[in-house]
Amino acid sequence: MSILGNRVLRREDPKFLTTGGTYVDDLPLEGAVHIVYVRSPMAHARIHSIDSTEALRSPGVVAVFTAAEVDLPPMPPGAPFANPAMVRPWLADGVVRFVGDLVAAVVAETREQAMDAAELVLVDYEPFPVVIDPEAAAGSDILVHEAAGTNVVLRMPEDLVSVGMVPPEAATEPPEMFAGCEVVVRQRIVNQRVAPCPLEVRAAASRWDDGHLTQWTTTQAPHGVKASLAQIFGLADDQVRAVAPDVGGGFGAKIGAYPEELFVAWIARKIGRPARWVETRSESMLSLGHGRAQVQLAELGGTRDGRLLAYKLSVIQDAGAYPAFGAFLPLMTRTMLTGVYDIERVYFADTSVATNTNPTVAYRGAGRPEATAAIERMVDIFAAEIGMDPAEVRRKNLVGRDRFPFTTPTGTTYDVGDYEAALDRVLEAAGYSELRAEQQRRREAGEAKQLGIGLSTYVEITNGIPGSEFGSVEVLADGRARVRTGTSPHGQGHVTSWSQLVADQLGIAIEDVEVIHGDTDLVPRGVGTFGSKSLQSGGVAVFQAAEQVVDKARKLAAELLEANPNDIELDKQSGRFQVAGTPSASKTWAELARASGDGGLSAEVDFAASGATFPFGAHLVVAEVDTETGGVTLKRIVAVDDAGRLVNPLIAEGQIHGGLAQGVAQALMEEMCYDEQGNPITANLADYEFVSAAELPSFETYSMETPTPINPLGAKGIGESGTIGSTPAVQNAVCDALRHLGVRHVDMPTSPLRVWKAIEQAKGKS
Amino acid sequence: MIPAPFDYVRVGSLDEAISALVEHGEDAKLLAGGHSLLPLMKLRLATPSVLIDIGPVRELSYVVDAGDHVAIGALTRHHDLHHDPVAVSQVPLLSMVAGKIGDPQVRHRGTIGGSLTHADPASDLPAAVLALGGTLVARGPAGERQIPADAFFSGFLESALAPDEVLTEIRVPKAVGGHAYQKFVRRAQDWAIVGSVVARVGDRVGVALVNMGPTPLRALAVEQALAEGASAAEAAERAAEGLEPPSDNNATAEFRRHLARVLTRRALAEAGV
Repeated sequence: MSILGNRVLRREDPKFLTTGGTYVDDLPLEGAVHIVYVRSPMAHARIHSIDSTEALRSPGVVAVFTAAEVDLPPMPPGAPFANPAMVRPWLADGVVRFVGDLVAAVVAETREQAMDAAELVLVDYEPFPVVIDPEAAAGSDILVHEAAGTNVVLRMPEDLVSVGMVPPEAATEPPEMFAGCEVVVRQRIVNQRVAPCPLEVRAAASRWDDGHLTQWTTTQAPHGVKASLAQIFGLADDQVRAVAPDVGGGFGAKIGAYPEELFVAWIARKIGRPARWVETRSESMLSLGHGRAQVQLAELGGTRDGRLLAYKLSVIQDAGAYPAFGAFLPLMTRTMLTGVYDIERVYFADTSVATNTNPTVAYRGAGRPEATAAIERMVDIFAAEIGMDPAEVRRKNLVGRDRFPFTTPTGTTYDVGDYEAALDRVLEAAGYSELRAEQQRRREAGEAKQLGIGLSTYVEITNGIPGSEFGSVEVLADGRARVRTGTSPHGQGHVTSWSQLVADQLGIAIEDVEVIHGDTDLVPRGVGTFGSKSLQSGGVAVFQAAEQVVDKARKLAAELLEANPNDIELDKQSGRFQVAGTPSASKTWAELARASGDGGLSAEVDFAASGATFPFGAHLVVAEVDTETGGVTLKRIVAVDDAGRLVNPLIAEGQIHGGLAQGVAQALMEEMCYDEQGNPITANLADYEFVSAAELPSFETYSMETPTPINPLGAKGIGESGTIGSTPAVQNAVCDALRHLGVRHVDMPTSPLRVWKAIEQAKGKS
Repeated sequence: MIPAPFDYVRVGSLDEAISALVEHGEDAKLLAGGHSLLPLMKLRLATPSVLIDIGPVRELSYVVDAGDHVAIGALTRHHDLHHDPVAVSQVPLLSMVAGKIGDPQVRHRGTIGGSLTHADPASDLPAAVLALGGTLVARGPAGERQIPADAFFSGFLESALAPDEVLTEIRVPKAVGGHAYQKFVRRAQDWAIVGSVVARVGDRVGVALVNMGPTPLRALAVEQALAEGASAAEAAERAAEGLEPPSDNNATAEFRRHLARVLTRRALAEAGV
């Protein structure tokens, strides 16, 4: 009997729930100094002078560094195709470009001393005009990077066509793309900027020992950190070690290494002592990469009987002051443009722009939620326009279950799916017709609290970046197994799931499987954990390595037992290899490991999947909207999700729960706001509406398991589905509750103020 | 998130607290539950040079039936006020409002005296004490004085307390009749975007509003309309009269005025007015 598919309790949890983890801030690091960065309070300004005199006299201060001391070239932009002049200096070189930009680094014996001294660094700023609104950036005379001559970071599809990533015909809008459409609906949609808010803020520590650098950092990708450090400091592979100790969440924002983190190594080398930087929550809100930040113009055309024919999406992506990966994420929006629908004619365009705001990066879903939110809103708007039930419009246009693999008009090939089954299941589980009847009753009664029913049928791409992931399995002389993985869990439960994969293959108890991750000296290669890739890449690598170890052990057992390898069976109950028919002749894992010598029973696999996988599902949200106050209360969230075969349904469910919460958060609550001068006005967790359990109903989750043919586990990713599916379902529910009042669309977050304004505006029109 | 340097003085009695205030002057701040003061200090928006911790003065934590009124010690924590049998039976409004503050952690640390002296227009308890028509007792080097709640909130985050005075007790009339607190929030733990408190004290109906101006305040126009015999719905329409509520990311002034009217109407109905 396989242990796969069982709700095995997370092995990680007892530690986190009792003694707690060991994060970068907890590491004993003898003799370490502490760094506090002086950050710009202005969104755009020239620095005339920096006076560190007072700060240097402050107790405990070791050094204050400014751009004048930095001997490293500026960092190139962190997005493919980005305008190469939009570089980022390590510390502001005469100009600051967003509130939170790095101006100076104060180094002191204690963190408190560094914090006090940072207040004493006097910076003389001459304010510049700012560009904050991404829609105005491309045409603005105010340039974030004077040397670039433009605020445009990159353009799609032009840049993609230029390198052959998409065919030339995709470069322009198809002629008469809305021909034959009886109805075309248009909507400007804001997919707002959000702050990722991991529980553990950023932190890094560096120590140099005889030219060898050890860097501890809270990251999703330690091997990437190592590569960055090696490149910046010109180090050989064996001269740098990156370690991700326990990591308290990332949500995509901790994939790439930040200048604040990398510069710790420069400071440690400069002053000849270990150094540590831990940001405050306020700093994290200002300068940990933000997510989303797209303004979309969507047009959807079709027939009056509900057939969708043409879809156009023009995106303006806010890249922030120093283009990072967020500038490139509209590629993923394009990849998932048409979602679960079969739409013949499409066009996608993006202009990514620099603004005087914090840079944007990947955030749970990273470009795909933006695609789903747009198409799912547009389908609802289209349905309202033709007077058809939104579930019916969806059903009429879903890609049929018999059409996989299915290639979309933007060239994405979906592996497998059964979208209609997911839709049916969610409608049935929710009691759709009863909900519509209750909605109708409230509308007719004119009650203050109206009901909204929001649907979202989604598909998304996981493991979408080609490449391999490392996994190894070794059986030790005491009969335990040791796994090394290139993935870097920070909440995902890999230690449990990978143990299950190994236990399933080897018949070694889960608790006797050790999983090593997050240390580049202990794991030779690795990519990390993001994009819902880990199980289907790193997990498969571990699974296959375990298979190879079983094969090696079988051969060895055959030799020792003087039998034919084909007659040797592994009894997974006892963990013994035995001769078929004569169980008394057997060898344990420990015996075999000892016989094989050190490392003899081990295998390494770099698994590269033949393609991405496409989890899908259907979410339904019931929202009660108080039409007098604009307040929204979620009554139900029903989620059907299909991530292929589940290794651990408990962990998968946890991912869905977290994803749903984060989706609700974007739809209802969260928005990182700047005022017209570029001052962040939601820069702490009192002002930034981070969701809490009290705002969430109990989740009703259902899983479907349509295995993917792409990998031997049949598994797809699950980490981002909940967020991708739920966000538009919540927004659709809010809009649906107001539809009969003449409200067509409410942007996210659907705050009381926005809801109330939308109702007032609709009243004014009628 | 790290406060500026400060000195810390721990006092064991009310007299010691007053002496410490006299000694350290205006740079000193009393620390009770710390749930308003410490966040401001961590953001370095408040930089007192001395903190006088009155946490150990436990004799200031009580709720007692004082005959015609209920007396509440200034260091009574929200959690205790919420669950106190005297409060629950004699001033259920105050007990209920205390249970709606922040989250359980906040309610286990925060005190009624701290909340009132911080005088935040967005806080819950000041409006409840205003609606009830409470009286605040302060003690300083010159002795004790009583301040009507109406005269206590003098400006944005400013109270009528002198720098060397300590708020010791809050007195509220017994009010076992209808009452309501309509607190409008986006998240359970948030400050109210707008709140409306209704208390029936004898024949009088007290109405106070949260986050509708620079101070916690009474909805005088509503109270007056009710006294003149207007219906609850008519009276509620006057909730925002004469008020200049703030505009922020959660609500414009116009939206706040609208919310004040809606919430007051609902609160009056809930209180059976």
